[in-house]
Amino acid sequence: MIKLNSNVPEGNIAEKWTNHKFNMKLVNPANKRKFDIIVVGTGLAGASAAASLAELGYNVQSFTYHDSGRRAHSIAAQGGINAAKNYQNDGDSVYRLFYDTVKGGDFRSREANVYRLAEVSNNIIDQCVAQGVPFAREYGGLLDNRSFGGAQVSRTFYARGQTGQQLLLGAISALNRQIGKGQVKLYTRREMLELVVIDGHAKGIVCRNLVTGEIEKYSAQAVVLATGGYSNVFFLSTNAMNSNATAAWRAHKKGAAFANPCYTQIHPTCLPLHGENQSKLPLMSESLRNDGRIWVPKKKGETRKANDIPEDERDYYLERKYPSFGNLSPRDISSRSAKEVCDEGRGVGGSEAVYLDFAEAIGRLGKKVIEERYGNLFDMYQTITGENPYEVPMKIYPAPHYTMGGLWVDYNLQSTIPGLFVLGEANFSDHGANRLGASALMQGLADGYFVAPYTVGNYLASEKPAKVDTDHVEFGNAVKTVDDKVQKLLSIHGKHTVDEIHKKLGRIMWNKVGMARNEKGLNEAINEIKELREDFWKNLNVVGEYKDLNQTLERAGRVADYLELGELMAVDALDRNESCGGHFREEYQTEEGEALRNDNEYSYVAAWEFQEVGKWQLHKEHLEFENVKLATRSYK
Amino acid sequence: MGWLLRSMNSSIGKKFVMAITGSFLIIFLIVHLIGNLTLYFGPEAFNGYVETLDIIKPLIRVIELVLLLSFVYHIIYGTWLWIENKKARPVSYKINASSENSTFSSRWMFWIGSIIFIFLVIHLSTFFYRFNFYDPEGLADQNKYYNIVVGFLQMPWYSILYIIAMIILGLHLHHGFQSAFQTFGWNHKKYTPLIKAIGRIYAIGMAGAFASIPIYFLFFYGGSQ
Amino acid sequence: MSSENLNLTLKIWRQKSPTSVGSFEEFKVSVSPDASILEMLDELNNDLEREGKIPVAFESDCREGICGTCGLVINGHPHGKIPKIATCQLHMRNFKNGETIYIEPFRAKAFPVIKDLIVDRSGMDKVLQAGGFISVNTGGVPDANEIPISKDVASHAMDAAECIGCGACVAACKNASAMLFVGAKVSQYSFLPQGQPERFQRVQSMVAKMDEMGFGSCTNTYACEAECPKGISVINIARMNKDFISAKIKSELTEV
Repeated sequence: MIKLNSNVPEGNIAEKWTNHKFNMKLVNPANKRKFDIIVVGTGLAGASAAASLAELGYNVQSFTYHDSGRRAHSIAAQGGINAAKNYQNDGDSVYRLFYDTVKGGDFRSREANVYRLAEVSNNIIDQCVAQGVPFAREYGGLLDNRSFGGAQVSRTFYARGQTGQQLLLGAISALNRQIGKGQVKLYTRREMLELVVIDGHAKGIVCRNLVTGEIEKYSAQAVVLATGGYSNVFFLSTNAMNSNATAAWRAHKKGAAFANPCYTQIHPTCLPLHGENQSKLPLMSESLRNDGRIWVPKKKGETRKANDIPEDERDYYLERKYPSFGNLSPRDISSRSAKEVCDEGRGVGGSEAVYLDFAEAIGRLGKKVIEERYGNLFDMYQTITGENPYEVPMKIYPAPHYTMGGLWVDYNLQSTIPGLFVLGEANFSDHGANRLGASALMQGLADGYFVAPYTVGNYLASEKPAKVDTDHVEFGNAVKTVDDKVQKLLSIHGKHTVDEIHKKLGRIMWNKVGMARNEKGLNEAINEIKELREDFWKNLNVVGEYKDLNQTLERAGRVADYLELGELMAVDALDRNESCGGHFREEYQTEEGEALRNDNEYSYVAAWEFQEVGKWQLHKEHLEFENVKLATRSYK
Repeated sequence: MGWLLRSMNSSIGKKFVMAITGSFLIIFLIVHLIGNLTLYFGPEAFNGYVETLDIIKPLIRVIELVLLLSFVYHIIYGTWLWIENKKARPVSYKINASSENSTFSSRWMFWIGSIIFIFLVIHLSTFFYRFNFYDPEGLADQNKYYNIVVGFLQMPWYSILYIIAMIILGLHLHHGFQSAFQTFGWNHKKYTPLIKAIGRIYAIGMAGAFASIPIYFLFFYGGSQ
Repeated sequence: MSSENLNLTLKIWRQKSPTSVGSFEEFKVSVSPDASILEMLDELNNDLEREGKIPVAFESDCREGICGTCGLVINGHPHGKIPKIATCQLHMRNFKNGETIYIEPFRAKAFPVIKDLIVDRSGMDKVLQAGGFISVNTGGVPDANEIPISKDVASHAMDAAECIGCGACVAACKNASAMLFVGAKVSQYSFLPQGQPERFQRVQSMVAKMDEMGFGSCTNTYACEAECPKGISVINIARMNKDFISAKIKSELTEV
């Protein structure tokens, strides 16, 4: 039975982090090298944490299922990273970034965590610049900013359309430096399949070597998970092919509570689906909404081409409904509005797509400026679709993109298992029910560079610096669990392929646990997922061998976890009888179709404790709002 | 001096050796061509030129030594690079599309250079050897150098070999000229196109001018007046 | 968008393990022109799995051309014939009905085949670990705007930094040279003021490691630039050459 204690320090919100840092226990520099820390994942959060911890003198073991740390999906983030620098003199401040983030998250995040995030945001920019991240510059040589959805100040730093890439390469360069020094040992092509818990504390992991198929044991005095989100439950999402929830899910099954699984973000600007064999939905940066105008035809079943539809027969629905934020409305609102107009039958060509039109911006700013701002995105669009967005409007549609939910963590980013820390998208902490654009990079790096190095140290200060023996019985048990599962997957010899089942799960999730949910649909989804799970374990066919590079087996293990996690997402969505952020329950909306929150009953974090497959116990962490006044979000 | 050897033998060091020696050879070829062109002005001009070289023999020997070192290093390092580069790609592609991403001369530098090397051996054994060490009777007239050269160039097989060699040399220079600049790190958006153009003119000019001599003596030369 | 399916013959390199002998296996597929080449392979693999056969092992991740994981040699071109895209962005509309497509792994001594189309590119990471960074610890850095950098310089650095580390330059180069990859990293830092303190040390360490990893040497064919999915310019190689030579001449270090 777990107990949730957020461990938020006392005091004024602006002083909490400073005071907390002072109150933390420190590890003697000479003792630091006696501590081993495992960091799973080499994205922004994982790489920055591993590098920073190693810089402090700890021995770090870093794990990735890729061939190289730099492949992590943080690399694909396009738009930018927020920080409260107020370089533009437009009234930004730590407090405003904090406020915007809490509001953007529809008042479902923990104030103290968000404030800290806003507070360290500025350090991140300094750090990245020092590492040689080539952020965009003004002519005077100072850093440039752009604006992003959900904010009325210009606080987003960017490096062309590849901010995530540049930030990740920066973090990886710091990691590489430590690898070169021998302070970090990097294990590539390893997939974490089990967390080892000894006497209630996280003490190691069990991995499968993806090249040889061997099951390997690694021990440490603390384990840090930075393994990203779970959007791939939907099969089609903007996530990378390998992004998965397995590490987090296996930790969950070992006792780490999973918080707010139903908070999933559907990104408004992705490419629409083109066919059955599509493997993912590529994202087009949200920054496009700075200059692009979103519209659909006013008429249902419009058959004319975009450029033939006259201005007065177009519905710029975001500008119409939300005049003050317009095309820059937050992601959840933009996505849901797109679904609404398409459900009305006004989608492009009757399908699920809306226009994102640059004709007006090109007319106003000239093609050259647009090319400078979005050139690579336009090229990417043309490569994929074969259409030229300088001439015809882009077609976009929302797609699963980010998961605000994740393993529950306290203020120290420690999960309900002592010694298990969870960073970045893998935790639930900072974005509430909806994440604002350019905040994911900020959170990943905040956690990795500026939070975990302190809080993990604080934990270690009360641990003995003794090597953990991998011959411990718990390691044996963990290996056996993994081995049994792998053997079982390989022995079913059914008729369905992994992808077939994953696609079925994706369809259930998208239709019933997607952008708009209702009680009936969620109940159906729960039953359908249970059935599908049964089908999976009876009729799956995993070809290939155990002790070999076997990508089918890798995917099978991940889908097995999605089949459990998907159910929890539906269970959580069903529990939450309100609409907030990325969670929209059709039963709970205003007359105008806006999300209707229920602050009296649902102002809590839903943290689910695993009991057995298909059975969880709910724990609630009540959210207190002392600094931000609860209000209905309005972007009108 | 261990650092110097290590530097020279690193991948970029080897390139640098190739570029330095290549550059020297590029300059040498200009001087060589000017000398050769005196053939057009008759025996006296040519013999005068050769005898001038004879007068400053000590200096020429020094230059010859540098030239020799340039050739030796260019050839040894070129071969070494080629062997190492072969080793770096032990399995080749079934379908090779390299003609669509690079120039012929850049890909075949080693073989082009090897052919030039063979030519060089023949060239040295005919002219350099004869000019310096071989002085048969009957040629001891005042036009002897001129006559040796013209004698050879009027042999069709020799002239044709010479002409072909010059075309191949042109290919080698075409890649080598701009390549040297790249290796020295002189690649600039503004100036590199100019360097490449000069390289092309140089390569065609050298090949054309050198080859014009055998063509002239083979087809248009009426005999010594 | 979609029109009729294309019928294609695929000849794909199959190799069970690093030490086993590989060969081409032929497959006939019918694929939508809107699919990417990797989606075509997904479909092929799904069919193979359904028949109980071992699918073709290949790597990919983001499928947006930025992570650098995918990399196949398609009809002799790393990432296919279309310029400036990664394999995952190569759509089947670029092929003709009835065409035969050869799919091979990247070939280089430094990139040994692990299985089928998957190769080990860790040599590139080792080069970065040897010096591809600016030595700053977390914290204690100056305010970001205290280092003004001209827009031009930032833009040049960014041009170099765009490298996705896929290894296509090595695969394209007849010498399997990694100089475009290494040159890009060296250039990025040698442009920026933050990179100056370690500029000459960095280039020496990285080049030494590059040589040690078994990559070939550049002979300026520029095939790398032509095949690079991000269009990284060979100017970066020139910059590395210049820095390397300056370092060797100026630096008092005799060890590297």
